[in-house]
Amino acid sequence: MLTVISFYLLAFVAVAAAFMVVAARNPVHSVMYLILTFFSAAGLFILMGAEFLALLLVMVYVGAVAVLFLFVVMMLDVDFVEMKQGFLKHIGFGLLVAGILLLEMIMVGTTYVWGDKTTVVVRDGDVSNLEAFGQVLYTDYAGIFEAAGFVLLVAMIGAIVLTLRDRDGVRKQDATAQMARTKETGMEMVDIEPGQGIG
Amino acid sequence: MIIGLGHYLAVAAVIFTIGIFGIFINRKNVIIILMCVELILLAVNINFVAFSTHMADLPGNNPMAGQIFALFILTVAAAEAAVGLAILVVYFRNRGNIAVEDIDLMKG
Repeated sequence: MLTVISFYLLAFVAVAAAFMVVAARNPVHSVMYLILTFFSAAGLFILMGAEFLALLLVMVYVGAVAVLFLFVVMMLDVDFVEMKQGFLKHIGFGLLVAGILLLEMIMVGTTYVWGDKTTVVVRDGDVSNLEAFGQVLYTDYAGIFEAAGFVLLVAMIGAIVLTLRDRDGVRKQDATAQMARTKETGMEMVDIEPGQGIG
Repeated sequence: MIIGLGHYLAVAAVIFTIGIFGIFINRKNVIIILMCVELILLAVNINFVAFSTHMADLPGNNPMAGQIFALFILTVAAAEAAVGLAILVVYFRNRGNIAVEDIDLMKG
């Protein structure tokens, strides 16, 4: 019974927050609702028995991606009130596409899931979720795991290359020029007469 | 009453639809579109995890395969968010706004 209640609570919060991501006028609020959606989804993952992925979702999304979004939203100085003006203009077309999509998925789901009830079985294994993850991730999927690391590396380099820029008129330290200085270039010997100054 | 595969698939379907809906009605703000893409990927992840945990007993089926896939989708989603936001920052630096309707340099 507790499972049922928590499922409906989490599912409702997830769907409502996902809708508010789209509907919120302020993009900062949208990011907050996105975080709420991911938290609820993490709860659903725990209900399903995928604890490791749930914690990973919280770490990756709430810890990294959502903060990245917030950072960009607050860094870009955009007039967000003006941006939301055309919201209702496209709502008809949006509802049409969304309705067709939902209908399709309901049709697929009803034929697949409720056609044969015997497949719906929750696994109750004797190894923990994290253990089961590790058993296959570094053996069967080791190559793909490395590839995922490369994807992240490429994304990191790409993001840095895209956003790095050299500004004009900014003083920077030039290490080679500093090292190349000698006594002759860096120092001038002046013989000052008493009572006259350099003048 | 028992919560089965269908319930989770329904939640994922609704979140996926909201993501698509958000992309279509939002013609002003690229950041919201990126968030909608994240929602869609989350819906796909819910599907993968639901199938992985509810259909583990099928013969010839690796019970962890779906969750491994979800892990890789998470990786790709994080990379996509990073690169997408970097592109957005560069675009804003060059053009001064990020309205979707004004992004027509390539006249596509």
